[in-house]
Amino acid sequence: MSGSKMYDVVRVSEKKLIGEIIELKGEIASIQVYEETGGIGPGEPVFPTYEPLSVELGPGLMGSIYDGVQRPLDDIMKQAGNSIARGISIPGLDREHKWKFKPIKKEGNKVGGGDIIGEVQETVLVTHKVMIPPNVSGKIMHMKEGEFTVTDVVCVVETEEGEREITLMQKWPVRKPRPCIDKLPPDIPMYTGQRVIDAFFPVAKGGSACVPGPFGSGKTVIQHQISKWADADIILFVGCGERGNEMTDVLLEFPELKDPKSGEPLMKRTLLVANTSNMPVAAREASVYTGITIAEYFRDMGYSVTLQADSTSRWAEAMREISGRLEEMPGEEGYPAYLGTRIAEFYERAGRVKCLGEPDREGFITVIGSVSPPGGDLADPVVQSTLRVVKVFWDLQDRLANARHFPAIDWLSSYSLYTDSLKKWVEENIGKEFQSNVKDAMAILEREAELQEIVRLVGVESLSSEEILLLEVARSIREDFLHQNAFHEIDTYTSTKKQEKMLSAILHLYSGGLSLLKSGKTVDEIVKLPIWERISRMKYIGEKKIEDIDKINKEIDKLMG
Amino acid sequence: MVKEYRTVGTISGPLMLIEGVKEIKYAELCEIELKNGETRKGQVLEVDADRALVQVFEGTRGIDIPGTKVKFKGKGIELSLSPEILGRMFNGMGEPIDNAPEILPEKRADINGEPLNPYARNYPNEFIQTGISAIDGLNTLVRGQKLPIFSGSGLPHNSLAAQIARQAKVLGKEEKFAVVFAAMGITYEEAEFFMNDFRNTGAISRTSMFINLANDPVIERIATPRVALTAAEYLAFELEMHTLVILTDMTNYCEALREISAARKEIPGRRGYPGYMYTDLASVYERAGRLKDKKGSITLIPILTMPEDDKTHPIPDLTGYITEGQILLGRGLYRKKVSPPIDVLPSLSRLKDKGIGQGKTREDHADLFNQLIACYSRGKEAEELSIVLGEAALSDMDKLYLKFSDKFEKRYISQGDYEDRAIETTLDLGWKLLSMFPKGELKRIRDEFLEKYYGKV
Repeated sequence: MSGSKMYDVVRVSEKKLIGEIIELKGEIASIQVYEETGGIGPGEPVFPTYEPLSVELGPGLMGSIYDGVQRPLDDIMKQAGNSIARGISIPGLDREHKWKFKPIKKEGNKVGGGDIIGEVQETVLVTHKVMIPPNVSGKIMHMKEGEFTVTDVVCVVETEEGEREITLMQKWPVRKPRPCIDKLPPDIPMYTGQRVIDAFFPVAKGGSACVPGPFGSGKTVIQHQISKWADADIILFVGCGERGNEMTDVLLEFPELKDPKSGEPLMKRTLLVANTSNMPVAAREASVYTGITIAEYFRDMGYSVTLQADSTSRWAEAMREISGRLEEMPGEEGYPAYLGTRIAEFYERAGRVKCLGEPDREGFITVIGSVSPPGGDLADPVVQSTLRVVKVFWDLQDRLANARHFPAIDWLSSYSLYTDSLKKWVEENIGKEFQSNVKDAMAILEREAELQEIVRLVGVESLSSEEILLLEVARSIREDFLHQNAFHEIDTYTSTKKQEKMLSAILHLYSGGLSLLKSGKTVDEIVKLPIWERISRMKYIGEKKIEDIDKINKEIDKLMG
Repeated sequence: MVKEYRTVGTISGPLMLIEGVKEIKYAELCEIELKNGETRKGQVLEVDADRALVQVFEGTRGIDIPGTKVKFKGKGIELSLSPEILGRMFNGMGEPIDNAPEILPEKRADINGEPLNPYARNYPNEFIQTGISAIDGLNTLVRGQKLPIFSGSGLPHNSLAAQIARQAKVLGKEEKFAVVFAAMGITYEEAEFFMNDFRNTGAISRTSMFINLANDPVIERIATPRVALTAAEYLAFELEMHTLVILTDMTNYCEALREISAARKEIPGRRGYPGYMYTDLASVYERAGRLKDKKGSITLIPILTMPEDDKTHPIPDLTGYITEGQILLGRGLYRKKVSPPIDVLPSLSRLKDKGIGQGKTREDHADLFNQLIACYSRGKEAEELSIVLGEAALSDMDKLYLKFSDKFEKRYISQGDYEDRAIETTLDLGWKLLSMFPKGELKRIRDEFLEKYYGKV
């Protein structure tokens, strides 16, 4: 195998199975094959390509569904029927489709890597910016306008090494991060319409979050909710070693769901990479890189991209399986010793960046990875390696899921380290009191946990009236604010404006209740007031009628006299 | 092309190394002929230049190095398929064991199948009525779903599976329906229970059984679920039948997997199970589903007994990460004589949301089950509290919840082995139980449904 480099792609046997070189020893290369190897034996030919595993980047990405090595699953179905046959070779981007290209730069302009030279309206929601590949600079010699396929030359650049033809498509190796000028600290929130996330544990645009939890605790529903409602331009969903039916759900549901901002089908801004659990393990390892490279490409255009990986544990397990086959010395739980490094490298590709080239622009990649620790045990090496790098931790609890409290995010153990950096933005855009209200609500919940300990030991009688009222308010925060039904047509999404009003109404009721206690009412009387039921139905008030919540506040004022 | 060798090198455990072989392929099937004329089957696990490592299904006892011949078949394990497989009984490798003639194959298929393209799948959303309230009402099963039963030793998972096989139907439709039953390492008595049940209900004529009993070769057990699912795929996607597959007991399957992994001297993962067990289980479970362009479907109910009732044991844990929910049987409920003892709080059907509601079951179904579960969960909390502090320490409201959870177990979850409840009966029963509470407590139900159903059924 002389002439081939590490991580070059090869084709194995006459069936042309895709593989990648993962070890070189003298003339001998170890190849990791991305497809089932049954029926392959010694003596079969291997065809080198001399290129690393790369993805095709260009118009046509949006709305696609790819496998782990960027083969479009819909085209595979057209060619091979209902199952994924081996050795199929289909390019990631459609070669026939003609795109209308509108140039921005002119002949004679000097251009450098990352400069936007033109635009293609890819879908109604996404304007695809055609960029000069990062390693090219020079003077534009020719520039065309009109309809082109992804392989047609639209621009010729005179570089120091000679003429370079630019097409709508460029290729980029998946294991190498795309360059940017600078990384910037994330300080704008990425809202998801999920109350417990947005209010209590927000993630910033360009930040990273991790959702570990045992099976059945609702990881996938949270990921789907974020894909549906996240305030991002582009959504990338990497289904890594998970269930086939879940991918089908996304595929069938997203074209019908409307983007809350534009009213267009969500699929127009979504891209799926699906490597389900029964598809080959090696391609599962690659799928995460395929996803993040495509995300970086859209980030470079100046978009805010959300990448969701469900689940990074399956990705880590794929690494473990491959490492085991290579007979590498194992680290913790049989995982390779470089597990932590790989995880950190992956999350580090998230971020808010100043993009390469002109015009000046900022791009964001927010990465949300779910982790499926065995038995829900957070001591799992994948969870621990992930927590070392991410700044938001949504701790899903079996106990909450069993009580059907969804999203089952534990309010006491979860955290977001972005709260401080987002403070300025939140005060300017939502309200001065929002963050302090959240803090008050959190204090009530913490106090509730302490009081419940006492109740468990000595019973309710030992509590004072104020404490019983606090328990009621805490229950209301949990059931009426934190609990959210993803399958209810109104409750599924809550704007930050409504969140702010809901939370302040609950806290207003608390202070109202306290003053009633002082004026001599018993806690039983207060708890039985009909206003509590009004509070509990706030979540079903539509976005267009959120003033109704103000009416509740007025009623509370009236109660207090 | 058949190749024959007499060059057995080493034999160890279930494995044989054959030397000087040519053009042997990975995962190829072979036949081993002993000196005395007996034949056994094996499969190639590893090929390294001119050496092939073969795993012998029936074990290597009595094989010696000189007089043994190994014939390589040039293909993997295949199953003969024709509509005649219904009403028949096979061993774990798919060979008939009911003294009836061989199957004349219309088609032969590799038992490993090929991964389904997620794009070709259709989302499971057709409600299956099992007639069991704890499933229909709270953990609804839909066509094409894989929903395991997590059980423990001594719990009645077999009668629950048999009840589902007996009563399952899609409302308002008469369609072709088949059952594929695969037994892995269970006892003769357990297998006999299912056979009798199928015979008594007449279901046997639309059932294919694949039986690997506890004393059959362990390694055959690895092939059994794959053979059964190959048959199911044929029934579902070529004959367009709705196929219910019962796999019992997956714990034995995983143990066989561990046994072979140990024989191959692989680095073990958690509790000695191989690191690739997740992928291996997925290659079995993920074969359930529906396709866009085919009428049939495969609904999969694997049964597994959790060692020491521990849900975090690798077998239930990895299964739970692949399947679309789980039905969990609880020992506490079983002791209380609740039958079936389905512990509804940790049980879950992930696909229920698309299978219920208007046009499928009833408009109020989703809200109703959320409310029932929430109330039951609070009742259970109250129960715990009352165990520690005595019932007197509970608030009036908690006492009401406690009463509810008790009634809920006795009347809603509990039903007989032969009681087939229609979905309306199940839903109405839920409303009847909820009427114990004042309207204001029922926060999870929309006003319109409270208006329509509360106190009216």
